[in-house]
Amino acid sequence: MEYLLLIVSAVLVNNFVLSRFLGICPFLGVSKKISTALGMSGAVMFVMTMASAVTWCLQKFLLAPFGLDKFLQTLTFILVIAALVQLIDIVMKRFAPPLHAALGIFLPLITTNCAVLGAAVLNMKEGFGFFKSVLFGFSAALGFALALLIFTGLREKIERADPPRCFRGVAISLVTAGLLSLAFMGFSGLVK
Amino acid sequence: MEPIITSTLCVGGIGLASAAALAVAEKYLSVKEDPRINKVTEMLPGANCGGCGYAGCADYARKIVNDNVDLTLCAPGGSECAAAIAAFLGRAAGAVEKRVAIVLCCGDDTEAVRRAAYNGITDCAAAQATAGGDKGCTYGCLGYGSCARVCPVDAIAIVNGLAKVDKTRCIACGKCVDVCPRKLIKLVPAAAEIHVLCSSKDKGPAVKKVCGTGCIGCRICTKFADDGAIVMDGFLAVVDYTKRLTNEEVVAKCPGHCIRSDGAGNKETAAAS
Repeated sequence: MEYLLLIVSAVLVNNFVLSRFLGICPFLGVSKKISTALGMSGAVMFVMTMASAVTWCLQKFLLAPFGLDKFLQTLTFILVIAALVQLIDIVMKRFAPPLHAALGIFLPLITTNCAVLGAAVLNMKEGFGFFKSVLFGFSAALGFALALLIFTGLREKIERADPPRCFRGVAISLVTAGLLSLAFMGFSGLVK
Repeated sequence: MEPIITSTLCVGGIGLASAAALAVAEKYLSVKEDPRINKVTEMLPGANCGGCGYAGCADYARKIVNDNVDLTLCAPGGSECAAAIAAFLGRAAGAVEKRVAIVLCCGDDTEAVRRAAYNGITDCAAAQATAGGDKGCTYGCLGYGSCARVCPVDAIAIVNGLAKVDKTRCIACGKCVDVCPRKLIKLVPAAAEIHVLCSSKDKGPAVKKVCGTGCIGCRICTKFADDGAIVMDGFLAVVDYTKRLTNEEVVAKCPGHCIRSDGAGNKETAAAS
């Protein structure tokens, strides 16, 4: 039950994009076509889950014992996540070419994405255990994917619509994002 | 002092460890790609238009090097690009005929009537699906710009409800040809200057009712055109682009004013540039 609540909380209630406002850059950047949004979502899920696991180990076995977790967290997390993504990129290219073809171009884009870093930092702030950290990372990415896909679907529709001239393009997209965020506010209070 | 030393060591250590891991991975796990693929990719125009049928220039280069795919598929690069790649790879190149897209309709909103007011989705396919489109002529350009939106080089503009292709920018990728719901856009040799800008196969009176510049099927042009360069397809005159049509007289003789020559326009742009 606790884990289920954690998932619901990360996906719907405290959605990374729509209520924590993390990862806005890819949210607006790659939301023009469903196919690219799917690729990006896949890559984010992959990286966020891996990053949660690795940063948890880093915190537990290196930073906390030396008392460095107060001020070195951000720096070391960025360093490790960036290296990790590069490593995944190389390994994936070698052992899973189809997967690399689908996610490859998105991987470098999210090396130091704030959503990825945010998940890692939040894990530490909440004091999650290893399994819970990984689960939180994954479900946060799931929430990101959900928000991104809904938004992309809306934008694809708006692309074909005929909004007033002053609203065309980014303006109407931002308004849509705002309304979407407002809609997700309806979940607040569902889980702490 | 101690926190400074431990933190420096810690960050430095992590940095070194990641660098080492990446270096090892790069050395032992990286995939060896044929270096020629990169070179060929650089030789291609890099427009990633997809006109060759592959997913962008890099993909086409990979297919050229690995699967011996034909070199003449790249329309933007043309013969020079194909020849350069052929010389680099030591293969024979075929000639690429430079082609451009052309919209075979000249009935803009001044000349052609609209039989309804369409205010649905701004998209030609959608307009076409709504009771066959709002244009009086069931063959002519709807002017909702589906072709202009799909064009990777912005060569198509909608002028007064009619799509027009800028010959100098067109790279003949063929995307507009596929997207036009009325199949009005054709890829023609860039050297051809005289075109019949009408696609209506209706009889003369029916054409005249809906458009001031339609082909009425009078056959006058076939008499003046060089040896069979204009042929009749029912009530529509069609230029046979395999033959060379140079006799400008057909332009003046056409009673429907739908045969146009863009030779003069070409010279002007050439002089300007």
